[in-house]
Amino acid sequence: MKKFRPQHAIAALVAGFGATFAWAAEKAEPWQLNMTPGVTRTAERAYEMHMIMLWICVAIGIVVFGAMAYSILKFRKSKGAVPDKTFVHSTKLEVIWTAIPTLILVVMAYPATVKVIEAYDTKDHEMTVKIVGQQWLWTYEYVGEGVSFTSRLDRESDRLRQSGAVVDANNPNYLLDVDNRLVLPTDTKIRFILTADDVIHAWWVPALGWKSDAIPGIVNEQWTEIREPGIYRGQCAELCGKDHGFMPIVVEAVPKAEFQARLAAMKSANDDTARTASAIPAVAGPQG
Amino acid sequence: MANMHADTHHADHGHQQTFFQRWFLSTNHKDIGTLYLIFSLVMFLVGGSMALVIRAELFQPGLQLVDPSFFNQMTTMHALVMIFGAVMPAFVGLANWMIPLMVGAPDMALPRMNNWSFWIMPFAFALLLMPLALQAFGIGSGSPAGGWTLYPPLSLQGGSNVAFTIFAIHLMGISSIMGAINIIATILNMRAPGMDLLKMPIFVWTWLITAFLLIAVMPVLAGAVTMLLTDKFFGTSFFNAAGGGDPVLYQHVFWFFGHPEVYIMILPAFGIVSEIIPTFARKPLFGYQAMVYATASIAFLSFIVWAHHMFTVGMPLGAELYFMYATMLIAIPTGVKVFNWVTTMWRGSMTFETPMLFALGFVVMFTIGGFSGLMLAMVPADYQYHDTYFVVAHFHYVLVTGAVFGIMAGVYYWLPKWTGHMYNETLGKVHFWGSTIFVNLLFFPQHFLGLAGMPRRIPDYNVAFADFNMWSSIGGFGFGFMQLLFVFIVWKCARGGVKATDRVWEGAKGLEWTVPSPAPHHTFTKPPVIRDEDLSHGDIAH
Repeated sequence: MKKFRPQHAIAALVAGFGATFAWAAEKAEPWQLNMTPGVTRTAERAYEMHMIMLWICVAIGIVVFGAMAYSILKFRKSKGAVPDKTFVHSTKLEVIWTAIPTLILVVMAYPATVKVIEAYDTKDHEMTVKIVGQQWLWTYEYVGEGVSFTSRLDRESDRLRQSGAVVDANNPNYLLDVDNRLVLPTDTKIRFILTADDVIHAWWVPALGWKSDAIPGIVNEQWTEIREPGIYRGQCAELCGKDHGFMPIVVEAVPKAEFQARLAAMKSANDDTARTASAIPAVAGPQG
Repeated sequence: MANMHADTHHADHGHQQTFFQRWFLSTNHKDIGTLYLIFSLVMFLVGGSMALVIRAELFQPGLQLVDPSFFNQMTTMHALVMIFGAVMPAFVGLANWMIPLMVGAPDMALPRMNNWSFWIMPFAFALLLMPLALQAFGIGSGSPAGGWTLYPPLSLQGGSNVAFTIFAIHLMGISSIMGAINIIATILNMRAPGMDLLKMPIFVWTWLITAFLLIAVMPVLAGAVTMLLTDKFFGTSFFNAAGGGDPVLYQHVFWFFGHPEVYIMILPAFGIVSEIIPTFARKPLFGYQAMVYATASIAFLSFIVWAHHMFTVGMPLGAELYFMYATMLIAIPTGVKVFNWVTTMWRGSMTFETPMLFALGFVVMFTIGGFSGLMLAMVPADYQYHDTYFVVAHFHYVLVTGAVFGIMAGVYYWLPKWTGHMYNETLGKVHFWGSTIFVNLLFFPQHFLGLAGMPRRIPDYNVAFADFNMWSSIGGFGFGFMQLLFVFIVWKCARGGVKATDRVWEGAKGLEWTVPSPAPHHTFTKPPVIRDEDLSHGDIAH
């Protein structure tokens, strides 16, 4: 463990604020303090909603805690304050502090409503990816392309977690790497259908701006349109048993043309894999 | 402590009780209240130890101490023990002790049922904790590990511990329902003449409303877990998709219980704080009637917001919007409460003894938890917040610095009335400041972790989350050790100390302060004559 030095902590906090305003966070940064706007319109909406709420709450907090702090400093018995026992009821005040919060809620509800309606618009998608959660890996399928594969925790993370050692910054992708990444095209409206084989899982990549439960017997629908090429990391967000914490998700977003090439390569590789299907678990390494 | 009490109360017994008769066969509301409070304290320490196992494992990235399945048992049991074993029994204990004293009743309306309500609890928790204990001897697969919400299908992957847990929940439910019936019967039938409903102390009001919530939702929980039981052991398919069932149905039924349950754990704390702030501001509670109506509104709204726990299960657009709007509405009555507390302080004459410190800490930190709750209500942002440490931070702010701080405020406030001694004020203040500093170190960084993308209920995490997790763990251990100081303070106060006056606090109002300290074993055997100036809300025109 590194020795704690205040100047490092301050530098790191400043860096954390920097990360906060970075356009695209591919994964969490040390000392990160805030949500990021991600790389999709949905993530941006979540970030905008979050910041609207944060600042409104800060403003209300300043008023309420300010009044409280003023009372605590001013109306103390030790300063000779005498209680005003007639000041115990005011219909006018009750009406004011019911009406003003109601107005504030309306101000919050408007952008929230617009954003939710936008998020539910799955029409005009260009491709569909099926995501199936299993204990404890993900299966992805490019629907209609005949390509499907599993994606699970990488071997190095698996080795480290079983070693019982303290993991340090030399392993920046600890628990965030997988054997097979989900490759997706940028600037393409992609529809996801999500379900699960055994228990409920939740598929979450913060940079895409949503999570969705993958539930056995139910098919959920989501969509994304990634703006920037990059590698975006996330993990299962619904408790799904002992290896819930070891079910990472890695999305590799590439330009459309490159995606087509990668998909073609996967198609031909898939033909090989089909012949040696029994070898897949051995390749990916044993789990738990 | 028990013997000391017995000595104190010889005079008004009329006959000698043995230890067994007094503590096991008791029908006295004060003794049963004490039993509930001691039980709750023990469970608080048990549940706290589980939290420390969690925080110790999360101190650094990598798996050093426990394996993931035991970690999941700890998160599950920590929640069940804290909710059903620590917070709820503490409020029932306070209700037992204080409601008869506050409304001028000689005892609870149904004293024998009162005894039964309590004595179910140790057996329920023996059942709940047994799989954990048996595991230590190599028997069975340990406690349930699917989270306290027991979502199927995961919860059904457990072995026989599923049956232990479900029967324990049934027993707790029976206990809670009987306790609630008793409280309602006492408040509605046993008030001294002249103690009109709108003159009752606000703590009594909040408990009356809470008791109705309990009666309404504990049977719903019992139904939900019974369906789990039959799915697991009798081949039904309520929640089994392969048999035509629906796993999401469980979540709807569970949260129809679960959301009112959240208010069951906070409304009595609102009541306690509404007693304490006027006492130490030396000024009646501002907007008494508004406070009563706000409490009732919160209770009503709690029934129609349940699916805000489920924004990511794939509900239709209309449902998402409805549950978002309904949830936002809760901010209005909650805001009314906070504004009334602050205005109670305004133009008061405040002193800052330990109960007041905890009450003020409650108002500030509960409000912070309320802010994050309002943020969580917003569907577009909740797609990111849901199931992350942001949620963990939110509900610990409302439950630890909310409910638990409220309980501690109440204990310091009424302890001199119970024991006849003042607690050590210096140690009380050390306990408050230590707890406040550590609890914020514990939970505030968890907001950052959640926003940065750390999911909840994971035993291990990426190195980016290392620093704040370490802070959080240090805060957790600090907060835990501060509670040992609390145990010491209470123990010492029960053993002796400066003699407390009957009124105890200069600004205290209410019937409980008109009886001697310690409160005799039997009080108000004849209904008291109520003078409005004894009550903090005697004149409701104000």
